[in-house]
Amino acid sequence: MRYSIFTLIGQALRGNTGWRPVWRDADLKPAYDVVIVGGGGHGLATAFYLAKEHGITNVAVLEKGYLGSGNVGRNTTIIRSNYLLAASIPFYEWSMKLWEGLEQDLNYNAMVSQRGVINLYHSDAQRDAYARRGNAMRLNGVDAELLDRGQIRTMLPYLDFDNARFPIQGGLMQRRGGTVRHDAVAWGYARGASDRGVDLVQHCEVTGIRIERGRVLGVETSKGFVRAGKVGLACAGNSSRVAALAGLRLPIESHVLQAFVSEAVKPLIDNVVTFGAGHFYMSQSDKGGLVFGGDIDGYNSYAQRGNLPAIEDVCESGMALMPMLGRLRLLRSWGGLMDMSMDGSPIIDKTPIENLYLNAGWCYGGFKATPASGWCFAHTIARDEPHALNASFRLNRFATGHLIDEKGVGAQPNLH
Amino acid sequence: MRIECCYCGVRSSEEFSYLGDAAPVRPDEILSGQTQDDTVCQRWHDYVYLRDNPAGPHRELWQHVSGCRAWLVVTRNTRTHEIMRVEIARDVALARSK
Repeated sequence: MRYSIFTLIGQALRGNTGWRPVWRDADLKPAYDVVIVGGGGHGLATAFYLAKEHGITNVAVLEKGYLGSGNVGRNTTIIRSNYLLAASIPFYEWSMKLWEGLEQDLNYNAMVSQRGVINLYHSDAQRDAYARRGNAMRLNGVDAELLDRGQIRTMLPYLDFDNARFPIQGGLMQRRGGTVRHDAVAWGYARGASDRGVDLVQHCEVTGIRIERGRVLGVETSKGFVRAGKVGLACAGNSSRVAALAGLRLPIESHVLQAFVSEAVKPLIDNVVTFGAGHFYMSQSDKGGLVFGGDIDGYNSYAQRGNLPAIEDVCESGMALMPMLGRLRLLRSWGGLMDMSMDGSPIIDKTPIENLYLNAGWCYGGFKATPASGWCFAHTIARDEPHALNASFRLNRFATGHLIDEKGVGAQPNLH
Repeated sequence: MRIECCYCGVRSSEEFSYLGDAAPVRPDEILSGQTQDDTVCQRWHDYVYLRDNPAGPHRELWQHVSGCRAWLVVTRNTRTHEIMRVEIARDVALARSK
């Protein structure tokens, strides 16, 4: 069913009785050309672009839980392409361009809202760093504006501009950045893939990867063996565990990141705002809740829940930025598993095992990358070689020394 | 999360800083630009970058920075955050070198 104003009016007149499920809950077949392990944003996007861009439709997406039950539904929904390094900017900018055409591409409302992302700076040194970042972005054709204190004050008058320790001096703004309804991204890609013939199989856990003479034959699952021409792993926080089934050790640690939403209030924050003196970012959802987050807890975890010190730290940063937050009650907090890589950048590559492909190491920045990640991973799988956009995100870059360390903190995943 | 420091008793995890997996052992060989031996390069690569990243019991290095500053090897379940065992890192290293 194609969605349009006419189907909407037609359904309204018929009492909304004719809507069909958005995607097909498929049964597992014995063999596929490509099996994608992981039915989250990246896995579903990969299946969609395999079908759309490469005509490969004999594809299954295997998900151990329900579709989109991981980080695609747990993040703070922010999209941006304000990166610094030459390897990152074109990739994330391609993601931004795909976001801009996503809803037309999918014929699905993902509520893409380019409301602007503002990174505040609080010192001369930080202004210089942001000016450098903005220049790097503009050299790569990405929009960036360095705003002064007065311009920020006009937009966000309620921030604590004269904070004794961290006065706000200005900000770097990417107007094309913003937010997207995260669950709708999973559903939209699922629908697009399913309509093109991809089988989406839920509650199907991969328990083994069958390899013979260095070549993948298929995967063992909780629903039996599936033969596969090619296997792509898009398992986020569980990447190390699934890769271990193929005998691979990854440069990845799994950590927990918490996110928060306040009670709903009337429209207050127009943009995405980040605090430069701590790690804190905030936006307002369409339901009115303020959505915010900060640092990961900092220790290895598979628990999908964090501890109170990280919550306190995030709330303190929020209060330092915007004191009126103290009058709001926190509605919920939750956690997700981050596949923290050793240089803070992702891996989209082939593996030493023939026909086995890896998409991992997204740290806590995977959501914004969803379209480009799926697009590049689909290319890598279909052509058996990386696209120019992901040619730097290699698995062996840690051995060759071609690290992509945006933050410059070295091989310490809990600091990225 | 509360960690029972071998010297200070049970303290909040906020007092500790986290380094990571305690399993990787620093290779004996010195790595330089002149290093030709691929196995030495491989050992350093594995030590610096590769991790088992298990879901379940995990031996990891914590330092009691806001306390006695001792380095500890904490065995913690990464699925539940339950702390199963705390040892002094120095004792662990001495036992390993025997």
